[in-house]
Amino acid sequence: MSNGAGKILLDVRGLCASVAGVPILKGIDFTVRAGEVHAIMGPNGSGKSTFSKVLAGHPSYEVTGGTAVFDGVDLLELSAEERARSGFFLSFQYPVEVPGVANAQFLRLAYNTVLGGRGRDELDPLEFDDFVREKMKLLEMDPAFLDRSVNTGFSGGEKKRNEILQMALLEPKLAFLDETDSGLDIDALRIVAQGVNHLRSADNAVVLVTHYQRLLNYIVPDFVHVMDGGRLVKTGGRELALELEARGYDWIGKQAA
Amino acid sequence: MDVTKISREFLDALLSGAAPVPTEGLVALRSHALERANALSVPTTRDEEWRFTDLAPLYRLALRKPVDEVPMPSADVIAAWIAPEVPTRLVFVDGRFSPSLSAVPTAGSTPGLTVTTLAAAMASGDAAVQAHVGKLASVDDDLFAAVNTAWLRDGVFVRAGRGAAGRTIHCLFVATQADVVQHPRILVVAEDGAEVALVEDYVSLQEGAYCVNAVVEVAVGANARVRHVKVQRDSAKAFHLATTSVSVQRDGFYSNLAVTFGGRISRNNIHIRQDGTGTEFELDGLAFIDGRSLADTHSFVDHAHAHGRSRQLHKCVVAGGAHAVFNGRILVREGAQKTDSTQENRSILLSDKAHVDTKPQLEIFADDVKCAHGATVGQLEAEEVFYLMTRGLSEGTARNLLTYGFAADVVNRIPIASIVKSLAARLLEHTGGQEIA
Ligand SMILES: Nc1ncnc2c1ncn2[C@@H]1O[C@H](COP(=O)(O)OP(=O)(O)OP(=O)(O)O)[C@@H](O)[C@H]1O
Ligand SMILES: [Mg+2]
Repeated sequence: MSNGAGKILLDVRGLCASVAGVPILKGIDFTVRAGEVHAIMGPNGSGKSTFSKVLAGHPSYEVTGGTAVFDGVDLLELSAEERARSGFFLSFQYPVEVPGVANAQFLRLAYNTVLGGRGRDELDPLEFDDFVREKMKLLEMDPAFLDRSVNTGFSGGEKKRNEILQMALLEPKLAFLDETDSGLDIDALRIVAQGVNHLRSADNAVVLVTHYQRLLNYIVPDFVHVMDGGRLVKTGGRELALELEARGYDWIGKQAA
Repeated sequence: MDVTKISREFLDALLSGAAPVPTEGLVALRSHALERANALSVPTTRDEEWRFTDLAPLYRLALRKPVDEVPMPSADVIAAWIAPEVPTRLVFVDGRFSPSLSAVPTAGSTPGLTVTTLAAAMASGDAAVQAHVGKLASVDDDLFAAVNTAWLRDGVFVRAGRGAAGRTIHCLFVATQADVVQHPRILVVAEDGAEVALVEDYVSLQEGAYCVNAVVEVAVGANARVRHVKVQRDSAKAFHLATTSVSVQRDGFYSNLAVTFGGRISRNNIHIRQDGTGTEFELDGLAFIDGRSLADTHSFVDHAHAHGRSRQLHKCVVAGGAHAVFNGRILVREGAQKTDSTQENRSILLSDKAHVDTKPQLEIFADDVKCAHGATVGQLEAEEVFYLMTRGLSEGTARNLLTYGFAADVVNRIPIASIVKSLAARLLEHTGGQEIA
């Protein structure tokens, strides 16, 4: 649990973004400190994934206003790969399939690029194989997923586990997990949540985008935010998630009005 | 320059010496083919079937006629092309069979399986040769098949019976000299219930121009299963013309996986005919080309009976000033009810000068069928590039890895690990090499 004293990892001020000329994000203020867990909830289409992708550097989204500072540097000035190398990680709501590329090849390439860039030794295929198998144990993942093409034909839950495996390999400072819980069965949810908890430290932080309180029983948030219409319209503690589960989102709009 | 004159001279040179000696086998077939070849004219871009593929550079080539004696390379030189997990191998050097480089089971050693040269099979009077050769690949209006047949003196003969489950035969065609024309010929007869796999592999030890003019006939019996892999890795200046004709009987299975790295011009005609109900065809194609290559695939899937299934995926990766052509014809004849057929053609252009012409051609004359086809031509998917970049890969590396994967997805389906490995290495060379290994 955060004591509110960690250093600021992410500081977003008045962020506005549009896609194909349509404004989606309409002024987001959002601060994450080291050691914290944040949850972002909110109705479908409210802009949660857009927010995650804008921060990850998706080229289709145009930032039309505001700032985002990540660990002291202007995040918006960096390309997607520079953001990843500097410790920003996005677990995709819909992980992309890459037929023809073995998962092991992809994971090793990502590991060597990101961790190699931080001064860690690059691993050859054999060394990496040992290394990644250890990480897979944490997530109770079958090593057979190393030989298959990246995400290709993986079930929804298997794709999400593979995303968290990447988080485990890349050791990000800040991880945005966009609906990692959707598609996971009850056991998988517990295993993946334990994996994420295992990766947490006083120096990093996690942002969970989710529709369900259940995940938050395992990974307990310090703050819960509600996104609606491209804005964070309410922020509270973990009890807010319980209230949302019981009452839905309607009352928030009425309260604000 | 008089194009007609040049092409006539080309054809005359191609046919000079082809006339069969009466003591050889298949004289009637070969004489007929020679007659047809002389009567037909060489294709030009005015022919609908050759609209995108201009063979003029081939017609300007002074090709030497096939020779009886060729210097054989040493086993070391071709070692790189040998698939250790495939013990049965027939090697042809500039069109001539090399007994010393080949590994052919002795007659009778494998019950139900005959693997030999066509010359030996003709000499032994094997009835299956007479029954099938020239029956599938018609010489009547295919000039290059006619030329091949006129020259038919040798080739590969495979006859598999029910007991011969699971054998793979590697046919390796090695080009060692420039300006030589070879007329490879393969006949595969899979009897009812038999199972056999064929790897047809074209390689070159030199960089000059030469011409391969191949004909492959595959007769798949009832309930038989034939897997056919073709790897075409000719030199960049090579011309490669090929006709593959297949007939599949009731409940038979035939798959064709063809990978081409081009050459100056390559043209693959694949013709698969359903000769009974309940057949299944799988076609996977990859053209991975660069430079000035033109790679043309014309496939024709003929659903002539009910309950046939076919699935086709043809991919093109086109770089430099290369040009890919894909014409995928699917015919569902009247009465071929419950046909289930899909065709997908996906092309990636890696440069502004790269070019692809693609034409699905569906002709459906039955009313209770499922036919789906789709074609996409373009660049890599932006979402895929973004995904890899969020894992730290630079945009260039991401694009290379995706291009590799797009092509490797086809290559990985080849059931022979050593060939997959060697082709994957070649794909890697063209997609960033060690950077993505
Ligand atoms: N590329 C795009 N083109 C057009 N509209 C887009 C695009 N991307 C996002 N949008 C729109 O932006 C809005 C926000 O979408 P976003 O995916 O961020 O919602 P979300 O909060 O993640 O929803 P969910 O809970 O369903 O995942 C939606 O109305 C969506 O249709
Ligand atoms: Mg979303």
